[in-house]
Amino acid sequence: MSERVAIVGVAQTRFSAKRADVNYAELAYEVIEKVLSDTGLEIERDIDNSISCSHDIWDGQTISNIGITDVIGGHLRNEEKMAMDGSTAVYYGAIGILSSEFNCTLLMAHTKMSQTNRNIVNNDAFDPIYTRILGFDYTSAAALQAKRYMDRYGITGEQTAKVVVKSRANAAKNPYAQVKESITVEGVLKSPIIAAPLREMDIAPDSDGAVAVILASEKRAREITDTPVWIRGLGTCYDAHYLGDRDLAECMALRKAAERAYAMAGIGDPPKGIDLIELGDEFSYQELLWLEGLGICREGEGGKLIDSGVTALEGALPVNPSGGVLSGVPANVMGLRSAAEAALQIMGKAGEHQIPDARTAVVQGHSGFCGQHHCVIVLARD
Amino acid sequence: MKRNVAIVGGGQTYHAARRHDVNQVEMVNEAVRRALDDAEMTIDEMDAVLLGNMEFFEGTHMTDCWMVDGSGVYGRSGLKITTGGTVGATIVCAGAHHVASGLFDRVLCIGFEKQEEGDTGAILSGVAHPLYGRSMAGAAVGYFAMMGTSYMATWGATEEHSAMVAVKARQNARKNEYAHLKLDISVQDVLNSRMLAYPIRILDMCPASNGACAMILADEKTARDRSKKPVWIRAMDTAHNEQFELDWRDVTTKRKIFSRVCAERIYKKLGVKDPAEYFDVFEIYEPATWSELVWYEDLGLCRPGEGFRLVEEGKTGIDGSIPVNPSGGVLSTNCIGASAMLRVWEAALQIRGDAGGHQVPRDVRRALSTAYGGTNWTVMIALSADRDD
Repeated sequence: MSERVAIVGVAQTRFSAKRADVNYAELAYEVIEKVLSDTGLEIERDIDNSISCSHDIWDGQTISNIGITDVIGGHLRNEEKMAMDGSTAVYYGAIGILSSEFNCTLLMAHTKMSQTNRNIVNNDAFDPIYTRILGFDYTSAAALQAKRYMDRYGITGEQTAKVVVKSRANAAKNPYAQVKESITVEGVLKSPIIAAPLREMDIAPDSDGAVAVILASEKRAREITDTPVWIRGLGTCYDAHYLGDRDLAECMALRKAAERAYAMAGIGDPPKGIDLIELGDEFSYQELLWLEGLGICREGEGGKLIDSGVTALEGALPVNPSGGVLSGVPANVMGLRSAAEAALQIMGKAGEHQIPDARTAVVQGHSGFCGQHHCVIVLARD
Repeated sequence: MKRNVAIVGGGQTYHAARRHDVNQVEMVNEAVRRALDDAEMTIDEMDAVLLGNMEFFEGTHMTDCWMVDGSGVYGRSGLKITTGGTVGATIVCAGAHHVASGLFDRVLCIGFEKQEEGDTGAILSGVAHPLYGRSMAGAAVGYFAMMGTSYMATWGATEEHSAMVAVKARQNARKNEYAHLKLDISVQDVLNSRMLAYPIRILDMCPASNGACAMILADEKTARDRSKKPVWIRAMDTAHNEQFELDWRDVTTKRKIFSRVCAERIYKKLGVKDPAEYFDVFEIYEPATWSELVWYEDLGLCRPGEGFRLVEEGKTGIDGSIPVNPSGGVLSTNCIGASAMLRVWEAALQIRGDAGGHQVPRDVRRALSTAYGGTNWTVMIALSADRDD
């Protein structure tokens, strides 16, 4: 990209299974207040527009950005809602700044999964004519994907369990993470089967929480912070809706989204030039499959990758140093949280789970079951 | 904007209360094919596809994911954005941002709604705050009833005036082959129609339509190379009122309100002194007759309290001096997620001279479209035949 957009500030709530003390506007307010005070910015004076991420059906309110118009600075101003994963807010926010319509944009994603039933919400994402009636939810669809992926390439339950073990170990170092209890491969394999081959521990838990991020043009970014995190590449892509139209062990949409983002960022030969990855692992196998889609290893080699320890916190290419979605991050918030965590790494502000000298990070987010829509963002210090 | 953005194509479905012949995906595809045909482009030329509709109005979560076979986004870049009734115009703004960013040259924008598959009244009551407002929620009719009574009590207008708006809309719709309610009605017919909530009668309200609209936006080079009649996006602006601004239906309010704030900002961007003189045609989002009269005033087409005189004198008729909604507007066709995009597309058709039976009989160079949704939200888009004016 010839012109530049930076992440200049991030804030996140502590993620937890139930936040009965706040409604979703109050949850949003926590992170908006924090990111504004951290950056020294004021909505009226500094923020040109706002983008939120959530869904009516999760929030229990029609046109649910009505519920956060006031706290996000939308009153008499511009606010738009991405009804998608939070990563797309970074994508669209950056496009808005590149268009020169805006110089400084507030992004915020929030969801309280505790106030509704994820199986019903997920089921409503299947087309109403042919597949919804089968009773699918994201977990049962993911089980089909996991089965296909594991069968095709001989990926084992031990290998996917290692993803969970790594996630928990990383989460233990992250003060915002929800599930930090350490676990062994045997522990994961002993947890009850929910939808074969997925066990309880292979599935991200319900979570309540919010994340806010501020994007700025180069000129504004330099005024706001000494540690701008530059958005170097962006890509999105949709796959087919019907599961029968896809080979679920392949990730065409992620490959294309990554190709687009890498081309902009000048990443010609991944993983060369990438210091860390934050991705949306709603289910343990997804970390391995998405790493293949991101071109980090060849097709079918995701299992070997986790075995090798490369993706561990102290490995050559740490994946989800934050603990990832498996440690508990709400739907819709996932990708914005990944972007925020990757930005903290590049700023050198990740704390105990900091990767030494992290300069370039890849962020992946997805919307829809089995990753129908993918969004890839490349962040860098320089 | 960093790059100029032009509308190089568009299309809409024929709108109707029942479309049992198509599902939502097929209906969206009708508009997409018409837009591509109009632009003389193929889906493979689209760098991104953006889609919006009313979230969950038809009971499906993540409609963009279901729509891929109809929208043509399979394998392509794309997003879904939702902003309530304003979403169709928001998608056009998002498309303009995409093109202006320099990352995309041709962007397909889609808005749609298949209202027969949902219950709009019930789901609009869900707009109200779950703790403080839901128990007294009355969907859209209740809100416009308060606006109508406030307008009459304050300015001395009568139900005949709102009926004139209803007649103008449906008579214009009869000239628009795509419109839903093509009704040959009189003021007396409106006054005799069923009362919903005083003073809103059924003919004072928009219908629940099924339909879709698609538009193709492009950068200047593509527009010059490929389009005979590009229509330029000159300015865009968005303003929301937050949900607890409880005096919104009081037409005398002195508080800052979305419509006036947004109009003031977009006029400032363009240097507009007299909007009635500057723009040749208006396509506004009027879910109810009274809102059209209030729009006249908030847009500065007349002074406060004089909106009903404009319709009385026929000034906003198709052949009047300030034509408003020659298409028949939202009162004649309301497929919500598409309605705000239809305003932009109809305004573009007027500038191209391609509006057919409802083309206004004058030289149209500039047009303004408005959107309406949420708890008083709007998006305004100003179009011109000339890139620089």
